[in-house]
Amino acid sequence: MNKTLVSALALIVASASTASADGVLNIYNWGNYTSPELIEKFTADTGIEVTITDFDSNETALARVRQGGHGFDIVVPTHSYVQAWISEGLLAPLDPEIVTDRGNIAPQWVDVDFDPGREYTVPWQWGTTGIAVNTSVYTGDINSADIIFNPPEELVGRINVIPEMSDVLAIAVYAVGGDDVCTTNMDTWRAVRDMLEAAKPSWLSLDYGTIDNYTAGDILAGVYWNGATMRARLQNADVAYGYPATGYPVWMDNAAVLADAQNSENAMIFINYILQPENAAMLSNFARYGNGVAGSEEFMDADMRDAPEIVIPEALVSAGHFNVPCSQEIQDVRTQIWTELLQ
Amino acid sequence: MAAQTPDPAPEGEPQERHGWKWALNAPALAVLILAASGPLIIVAVYSFLSPGNMGGVAWDFSLDGWFKVFWTRDIFDPENVSWNWGNLTVFWRTVWLSIQTTVICAVLGFPTAWFIATRPPHRRALWLFLITIPFWTNLLIRTFAIQELIRGTGLLNTVMMGLGIVNEPVQMLYSDFAILLGMAYVFLPLMVLPLYAAMDKLDFRLVEAGYDLYASRFRVLWHVILPLVKPGFVAGSILVFIPSIGAYVTPRVLGGGRTMMLGNLIGLQFGQGRNWPLGAALSMLLLIIVMIALIAYLRTVNRDDGGRRG
Repeated sequence: MNKTLVSALALIVASASTASADGVLNIYNWGNYTSPELIEKFTADTGIEVTITDFDSNETALARVRQGGHGFDIVVPTHSYVQAWISEGLLAPLDPEIVTDRGNIAPQWVDVDFDPGREYTVPWQWGTTGIAVNTSVYTGDINSADIIFNPPEELVGRINVIPEMSDVLAIAVYAVGGDDVCTTNMDTWRAVRDMLEAAKPSWLSLDYGTIDNYTAGDILAGVYWNGATMRARLQNADVAYGYPATGYPVWMDNAAVLADAQNSENAMIFINYILQPENAAMLSNFARYGNGVAGSEEFMDADMRDAPEIVIPEALVSAGHFNVPCSQEIQDVRTQIWTELLQ
Repeated sequence: MAAQTPDPAPEGEPQERHGWKWALNAPALAVLILAASGPLIIVAVYSFLSPGNMGGVAWDFSLDGWFKVFWTRDIFDPENVSWNWGNLTVFWRTVWLSIQTTVICAVLGFPTAWFIATRPPHRRALWLFLITIPFWTNLLIRTFAIQELIRGTGLLNTVMMGLGIVNEPVQMLYSDFAILLGMAYVFLPLMVLPLYAAMDKLDFRLVEAGYDLYASRFRVLWHVILPLVKPGFVAGSILVFIPSIGAYVTPRVLGGGRTMMLGNLIGLQFGQGRNWPLGAALSMLLLIIVMIALIAYLRTVNRDDGGRRG
């Protein structure tokens, strides 16, 4: 009896020590966003076992980590939330001893407003929110917000708008001539509200998961993300992605190490790992977005390298803007407009 | 005995025993207080605070959350305070859709329950079993299944077009019709089961007596059966109405997000709207609506009991 107990204990101690030798890493990320192949490769290269937990919104992720006791090591917030994470002390500065390859970050993504010099975060994936439209029905200019807000006859009643308040309001603000998504100019908001109220009867739905509906032609146009539109196009060549010339949102999700991470060293190792062009390309090949690491293009799938959803046309690059978080006062105005729209 | 006649003179033992018996409730009470009241208290307290930075709350007392439930300062003219028609319309739609769902479930549930209750006893178990089969599958999956059924290129439209009933697909998805269909489908068993329970206890000799007295089928239904199964109707209506009021998945998936119900509005405030106090106040309001429905229920039941005894 005693013998069994002792050997069992020995076994437990042994397994515990192997676990700490190889280590574990807990990643808290958006759902269906982390390339499983990359994780397998990481574990094979480093012996670190990875667990991934999904979140479905920035608000959820922030609220959960604020509570503490979450057990996560890495989190992947969107750029507009990074400042909140940093200012509340939730992120650990990247360890220059381990994260040695920040030089791999493409120059335009280094001195970003939300994390100048990349002290806390590195790029995960970036993309745009624009217009998906079926060109077998619609033959006009695809780089126009009018497709959504003042749709031509052939698209009326077949439009889907993703229920992302900040993205939709941003495109709307730019479309009415505004340049600040948090503007305090109430005339802009009035114009946005009137335009949205007038456009809504032409919309079929405000829904997320509609790749199949685009492919099947149930939905002919909509506000959509570039990566998702690309997935639809690969199944139906008529689907095209337009960048509203008046302005459209650019977003970037960024990986960071949590200040109270249990496996902080492993987390830093992982951060440096995804800065290698080959590994960053694996993230892109899975999620179908750009990654912000220089030199990763040559490792990307051939159909991604020159995809119109990922390579923004030269003339339209300057129309892309990062969304910024608004003050609560303006956020309440925006939510009010959104609620009235969906009432 | 000692417990019923409170005696200040310390007889000691019986009272102490009584006290200990009470303590046996402690685990249940602790769970109730912590798991049921605790979160509610937090929600109630949050509704009186200010919104925090990027979600959460700041610990400053404020009635703004409750104010914004009902009223709004015109965003273009802050001096001008008016009813918050955005929120109020969502309330009204929620209550109205829930009432419609309850009525549809009652209309469909009554004959279903009647059918089961009038089968031979050994068959009833099988029919009840069939009623519960949908519960085996996750709500979200069943809702998506309905979406597949009624979408533009879905089964129903394909069949109708194949039979030549319609020439082009009927837009059923993303409408109030779709929401009602989804909710009625999901909540129907909650109406059938209590109705069946009431009918099971029904004394069919009373129905026969009605016929013997030359009552028409309708009169028997109206004056004999319905009053006797009314408690089942009331219980079923409550069971259907309350989850309908809080429905989130069904309007989101089948309504296509074009119009919100209260659950979606609360979700918006806790999520993208980043105004937790307003979301908390809306949640409390939902709770109040449910409580009103429950009080109405209890009153109906009590009145019935009193009537029977009197």
